[in-house]
Amino acid sequence: MLCENCGKRSATFHFTKIVNGEKTEMHLCDACARERGEALSFPGDAFSIHHLLSGLMPSVQTPGTARPPERLACPTCGMTYEEFVKKSRFGCSDCYDAFKEPLGPLLKRIHGVAEHGGKVPRRAEPKRAMRHRLQQLRQALKAKVAAEAFEEAARIRDEIRALEQALGETKAE
Amino acid sequence: MRIESFLERPLGPALLGTQPSGAVAVSSRIRLARNVRDLPFQARMTETAAAALLERVRRTLEHPPEGVAPLTFFALDDLTPLARRVLVEKHLISRELAESSPAAVVLSGDERVSLMVGEEDHFRLQVFAPGFDLKSAWALADRLDDWLEAHFEIAYDEAFGYKTSCPTNVGTGLRASVMLHLPGLVLTKQIGGILPAIHKVGLVVRGVYGEGSEAEGHLFQVSNQITLGPSEEEIIDNLRGVVEKLMEHEEKARRLLLDSMPVAIEDRVMRSLGILRYARTIDSKEAMNRLSDVRLGVALGLIHDVSREMIDALWVMTQPAFLQYTARENLSAERRDARRAEMIRRALRPAEPNA
Ligand SMILES: [Zn+2]
Ligand SMILES: [Zn+2]
Repeated sequence: MLCENCGKRSATFHFTKIVNGEKTEMHLCDACARERGEALSFPGDAFSIHHLLSGLMPSVQTPGTARPPERLACPTCGMTYEEFVKKSRFGCSDCYDAFKEPLGPLLKRIHGVAEHGGKVPRRAEPKRAMRHRLQQLRQALKAKVAAEAFEEAARIRDEIRALEQALGETKAE
Repeated sequence: MRIESFLERPLGPALLGTQPSGAVAVSSRIRLARNVRDLPFQARMTETAAAALLERVRRTLEHPPEGVAPLTFFALDDLTPLARRVLVEKHLISRELAESSPAAVVLSGDERVSLMVGEEDHFRLQVFAPGFDLKSAWALADRLDDWLEAHFEIAYDEAFGYKTSCPTNVGTGLRASVMLHLPGLVLTKQIGGILPAIHKVGLVVRGVYGEGSEAEGHLFQVSNQITLGPSEEEIIDNLRGVVEKLMEHEEKARRLLLDSMPVAIEDRVMRSLGILRYARTIDSKEAMNRLSDVRLGVALGLIHDVSREMIDALWVMTQPAFLQYTARENLSAERRDARRAEMIRRALRPAEPNA
């Protein structure tokens, strides 16, 4: 198979990129792949799409949103969304939260989904369990209120407050 | 362990194995990307913070994980550029780490484990296994990751998973890969049709060696592209399924070659063996491709006095930095080709003929 860019050398680089949920196959020779920034030479990671990523970014902006994503900045490390797009690198772990809104669609374009389904660190497990319990309690609360079982509802509400506090998610009421 | 021990041997003990899968699958690797929550990522990292991280890792090794060969910490700044290049050729560190400072690598004595510190992510944990064995590599990586997590608060988010420097690694931070030797598919010209099909299932394939247009030595690396969404087990299962198919196709292609053109195939592998045994100078590309022929010959039962392990070792031994390192002197390109031929000749020397 020949490189689809230069049509001269044989393609050694084959990959799929996902744009707008659609998979596009690309077949490039080493030289062209390198030129387009899609190659990272072995034995680093076989795959990298840094520059490709910048190509994906413009479509991330959703028209009509109050704040264009490029104005976003991470309060911890100062990285702006624009810089992130240019470098395709986060500055710190808080960037994820700072860029949360445009990040969802972006990750969907790269990975097809935007929700982690793998390993949970041991440290995060209790938190996850608490969150699950919180969800259950909120549902129970609704049911009790609907059933006008106010005494029980109050008890559940106290438990919810305690959990919310532990999770650092105190809701303004 | 001293760094010299790692630099002098082409393959660590952990990579020596005679698994049947090794006829096609050379080795398997699991890589996990992890970052410390309260430290700036590489793009914002300061030298002081990076140096402090190295120091923390060094101290953490006083409480090593269980069930792993002894781990040794090496600061990259303490290694010569040549030593770093040898580690790159052995796949123990990435090219990017070799050029980073301050950075370090923690190696297990058997070379099963390599923990890179100060790469694109704070931690890049690699576990290797000989042949086709992602399962045990993942099991060990998972355990070592637990150990890491017990000592460092790792950046993690319920929705995003493990937070990595680059959005292409987020989620599991997992890159699973298998290095495959596919001469059958290349010689029967099936490879061009098969590789594109692999991408349809979200995997990436590329040649392992060489800058040129062809995969030298017919060595390919297949790995997962997507890291977010599926679980680690699902990612590995998906890769495993495809690799199994590829291995089947390769075996079929080899049998086809042997059945349809036995003389031509035997001639090809024997010619390559002859050249490797008697050549006085050989460049890297020719060496790689001749070694590939001989490896095929061994697998097909046409060559009996060469072991597969020897070929796998020679693939590393004939790389430029390794040659340079073991020669203990600076070699010109010309001298390097001569030295390469000499090393191969010595390794493949035929047994004394019966008198
Ligand atoms: Zn090209
Ligand atoms: Zn940040």
